[in-house]
Amino acid sequence: MAGKSQKESVADELFNVEFVDRDELTPWDRVLLARDKERPYALDYINGIFDEFMELHGDRAFGDDGAIVGGIASIDGKYVTVIGQQKGRSIKQNIKRNFGMPSPEGYRKAIRLMKQAEKFHRPIICFVDTPGAFCGMEAEERGQGQAIANNLYEMSSLETPVLSIVIGEGGSGGALAMAVANEVWMLENSMYSVLSPEGFASILWKDGDRTAQAAEMMKCTSKELEKLQIVDKVIDEPKPADVKDMESLNFVLKQEIINFLKRYEKITPKQAAEERYERFRRF
Amino acid sequence: MLKENFKKTQTASKGIKRVRTSKPAKDKNSDKIHIPDGLFKKCPNCNEIVFVEDVVDNSHICPVCGYYFKLMARARISMVVDKGSFEEWDTNLLTEDPLCFPGYYKKLEKVQSVTDLDEAVITGKCTIRGYETCIGVMSSDFLMGSMGSVVGEKITRLFEKATDKNLPVILFCCSGGARMQEGTISLMQMAKTSQAVKRHSEAGLLYISFLTDPTTGGVTASFAMLGDVILAEPEALIGFAGPRVIEQTIKQKLPEGFQRAEFLVKHGFVDRIVKRKGIRKSLAYLLASAGYNKKGDE
Repeated sequence: MAGKSQKESVADELFNVEFVDRDELTPWDRVLLARDKERPYALDYINGIFDEFMELHGDRAFGDDGAIVGGIASIDGKYVTVIGQQKGRSIKQNIKRNFGMPSPEGYRKAIRLMKQAEKFHRPIICFVDTPGAFCGMEAEERGQGQAIANNLYEMSSLETPVLSIVIGEGGSGGALAMAVANEVWMLENSMYSVLSPEGFASILWKDGDRTAQAAEMMKCTSKELEKLQIVDKVIDEPKPADVKDMESLNFVLKQEIINFLKRYEKITPKQAAEERYERFRRF
Repeated sequence: MLKENFKKTQTASKGIKRVRTSKPAKDKNSDKIHIPDGLFKKCPNCNEIVFVEDVVDNSHICPVCGYYFKLMARARISMVVDKGSFEEWDTNLLTEDPLCFPGYYKKLEKVQSVTDLDEAVITGKCTIRGYETCIGVMSSDFLMGSMGSVVGEKITRLFEKATDKNLPVILFCCSGGARMQEGTISLMQMAKTSQAVKRHSEAGLLYISFLTDPTTGGVTASFAMLGDVILAEPEALIGFAGPRVIEQTIKQKLPEGFQRAEFLVKHGFVDRIVKRKGIRKSLAYLLASAGYNKKGDE
């Protein structure tokens, strides 16, 4: 468990007044919350929601990417494949997790596990939380673009239901490569965008500091994306998600996931693929 | 008429450029060559003034130094397809401007009038050495060839129509990536286009992706990298993250040739490099090898 951080977390800062109106949070506040160190990461949810979880490693070609975790979990007596983008809290963890920025081998591991899930008729649940795909020389050499493209391509026709939940940052193509799903949900204080507010501001105004204004303009918050129908469901955070106190959030998520699985039991794997195609076709 | 052409001669700009030799900064005009409304133009590589006609006859390659001029969509079409065979599809689609981005429609209008394009991609049907095929060409002079909802829709329809008509697709990619002005909707185009490519492929049809300078970002991370055969023009910049972004991130200079077409061949992501003069021949060969017949030969 994470210890008490010396610095106040963003959530603490924003909520040190007891009754803050959640609707008054600006998009930039929400971006900061989405990136907050005290926010739960993929494994925190996986361990909290599922009854069992067995992690599986490697892309069978180059290596095992710590920025993506995946494996087989059980929930409500059913098996599912779970894949998550994983950030780290300490420096040591972040070296292993590469700050949640996946490399090509991470995406290849993810699609390998998804194909495996399809073969054994397991639904797939993805936890999305990444600032973006890793931006570096090695990633380019190993085909970052190709790896993401291949995930979009293969995910579109998986004959099994796919659910993606954006739990923190949904950074660009790096996030989309795990979000070609039948349903895409977002936690209330998460974000999902084509580039970071910093990048947006620096391209638009040549001023990387006008981030708050950029966040406003980009429509990257859960509620705005729900209006644009990019997101199907927003999971409320009565108070911002906190790794030290996730019981009620996990309870809600667990119920929602069980309901999702029940809904998709009624349709055939082929229909699930067809429905996913139609979902993205309308954009 | 002739006089007018000479009026805006680029010899004048050559003079100016010489004065500025201390500053070898990028000459904006040299990058953005619009064909063929001038008689002459300057090669950005060797700085020679060359006849536009000579350049066009030479497949838009500098007759002096061999430099590949940037090729905009219309010029690319006329270079690649059989004369008069191109039938254009899906023009005049309009974006919904999901972010209500200030000045976006105005900017689009302006670019449309300058480029003679309605969006950053032209799509349609043509024949190449007699082989019937669907074709798409992106253009870097239209907001850097960026992919918003209209580009995504045109490319998706291209693959859908090709699937219906049992035709192959050849797509000349050239893009800075997803279009910022349309936010997350632009991102969704990556998924939309990729799934259309998948359906086309599942129907047993050939897709040739032809990467030209530059192909980066969300386009690289979707349909550009999904061809059955991926070809590239010599020295084309191809990558996911752009070189400037990588340099800023890792705080060091990238080696010469990094992310160029030759680099991608070496690392196994591009099948082969095709020179401009060999494009028609290569495409016809690949179409024939995939079992397609010449139009009228069936």
